[in-house]
Amino acid sequence: MVNSSDMQLTELASGRMARVVSVSAEHGAAPPEIGRRLAELGFLPGETVRIVARGLMARDPIAVRIGTGTFALRLFEAACVRVRPEQPQPA
Amino acid sequence: MAGSPAVAPLVALVGNPNCGKTALFNVLTGSRQKVANYAGVTVERKEGSLLTPSGLRVRLLDLPGSYSLDPLTPDEQVTADVLLGRRAGETQPDLVVCVTDATNLRQNLRLVLSLKRLGLPMVVALNMTDIARRKGILIDAVRLSAELGLPVVETIGVKADGVRALAAVLDRVTPFATARHAVPWQTPAAADIEHDQAEVRRILGAVGGERIDGVTLSDRVDAVALQPVLGPLILALILFLVFQAVFAWAQAPMDWIKLGVGAAGDWLGGVLPAGLLKDLLINGVLAGVGSVLVFLPQIVILFFFILVLEDSGYLPRAAFLLDRIMGSVGLSGRAFIPLLSSFACAIPGIMATRTIQNPRDRLATIMIAPLMTCSARLPVYALIISAFIPRRELWGGLQLQGLVLFALYVAGVVSAMAVAYVLTLAGRHRHVQALMLELPAYHWPNLRNLGIGLLQRVDIFLTRVGTIILSLMVILWALSSYPAPPPGATGPAIQYSIAGHLGAALAVLFAPIGFNWQISVALVPGLAAREVAVGALGTVYALSATGSDVSSALTPLLTRSWSLPTALSLLAWYVFAPQCLSTLATVKRETNSWRYPLIMAAYMFALAYAASWLTFRIATALS
Repeated sequence: MVNSSDMQLTELASGRMARVVSVSAEHGAAPPEIGRRLAELGFLPGETVRIVARGLMARDPIAVRIGTGTFALRLFEAACVRVRPEQPQPA
Repeated sequence: MAGSPAVAPLVALVGNPNCGKTALFNVLTGSRQKVANYAGVTVERKEGSLLTPSGLRVRLLDLPGSYSLDPLTPDEQVTADVLLGRRAGETQPDLVVCVTDATNLRQNLRLVLSLKRLGLPMVVALNMTDIARRKGILIDAVRLSAELGLPVVETIGVKADGVRALAAVLDRVTPFATARHAVPWQTPAAADIEHDQAEVRRILGAVGGERIDGVTLSDRVDAVALQPVLGPLILALILFLVFQAVFAWAQAPMDWIKLGVGAAGDWLGGVLPAGLLKDLLINGVLAGVGSVLVFLPQIVILFFFILVLEDSGYLPRAAFLLDRIMGSVGLSGRAFIPLLSSFACAIPGIMATRTIQNPRDRLATIMIAPLMTCSARLPVYALIISAFIPRRELWGGLQLQGLVLFALYVAGVVSAMAVAYVLTLAGRHRHVQALMLELPAYHWPNLRNLGIGLLQRVDIFLTRVGTIILSLMVILWALSSYPAPPPGATGPAIQYSIAGHLGAALAVLFAPIGFNWQISVALVPGLAAREVAVGALGTVYALSATGSDVSSALTPLLTRSWSLPTALSLLAWYVFAPQCLSTLATVKRETNSWRYPLIMAAYMFALAYAASWLTFRIATALS
């Protein structure tokens, strides 16, 4: 499962497609119910994600497209999601 | 079909937030809805009834939107409890209608699958099929029904003929919806969620029709509306428009209401014989009714905008844009609109906090809303400023009087932010607050939903808040009129009343902050509303002038009889003091308890006294 191109959702460039690799509250040091709720909202391995917009101050929160829905997440929430970009990201 | 049961069967509408469930509920039940709160919580309970084509009367319950039966918010807690039959005072539904958004089945089907595990009789409403079709999403409803093992009905939540099929299905299913499996509820494990996900993918593959990657019209709007620079500018423009509307557009209808109440009083004064009854009817009841009705224009205008912004999908975007700023003092991004409208009046502002889902955030917003400088403070500020602040021009054409007024506004905002911050520290959770806010696709607001929503707000205000305000006004009238002055009395009538005695007693308490007995007496009837203090001061100083003349007649009188520190102290008092029983009545209604209005009154009076004391001492020392 481990892949060098895996990253936190927060690190994904805006507009770039990626797939969810794993979701866990531990990734983002968040309370466990956050990880569970993210899964219930559809943040599950294999689903497509894309960052639609970022906030002005500290780029927080972010708007994320997951499947056919869009959710606003604070950065600590988005940090619970690990993703793999669809194509290798240019350096 | 079996004979109709004694109690109409209860059908619950369940669904994800933003699935069009409430629009569907509105079409099914029309305006025959009862809006109340679930016992012990501030979650809104909406029940209506409908007649199926065969003439069966069905009760319909619109449960709060939920993503899961494993609740995170009080709304979801209510939904889960009602469905599981755990909520005291609520019967478990006979039938569940799970409403799904056809354009977002991937997310919505998960709730269908976990509801199915409950074992309650269930129907799936495939909603918004018209929008789905326009997006090129064609779902095979027959196949979906077969895959789920549940009846599936296509509905269009905003059209009457779009829901007829659903009513017909209720006919078929409801009479048989008695056999219930008592399935013990278990919190789904991670494995269950992943199993459901595999199932959702399989079903979606079978029924067809899903577009994920296309750039939608909503995306194109969001590219501008959520853009880091343009987005906040557009939001500021919209907020300015809302503020302007609540502040300015409401003025004319408010004046008409005041004129109408005044005319009714004149008419009553003409036909009734002088005496107690006349005084009670005109100065007690009629004035009380007027003080309730006068809030309606602002409430209607504010809620019109809020409902449009909410129905169109913009409100969560505004919360997204403001999340960081408001979050820095521990408030939700959604607190912005209630706080902004509190500059016009705290009452519609406090009612508008219903759009804040998190109960802690909502309570914090309610608690600080009255610190925003409402329009009722303006007459008081204007009176004192014109009497005591010299009309002097500072550098750059800046007026000293205007600067003082601006400083009073700033004082309100800064103290509100400080109180919010203290509240966050006091109630700090072990963890950071979650946001996880859905940004639904934009769509045009529906007129029927707007109308029903507005009527419900007006109804709630008139029947629940209005009755409290009216009774308080009558009590306040009685306090200010009894006992009547003895024959041959020389002072103003109010001086001999209970309010007068109360004021005289308060004068001792208020002496350290520089208030004389006239101010102290005027503050008692001034509890009705802030601007009432101006008229009350006129009464205490035994002015014969009425209406807008009071202010101009009072100005020279106050300049002669008050010291500058007293005037400044009274200004400071009005920044903080909860001199508005209507606000406290609204807080009581919105929080469902006397606890919070009492806490609010206590903290605001304490702040007011402290601020006035400091102002008076400093001003006395300097002068």
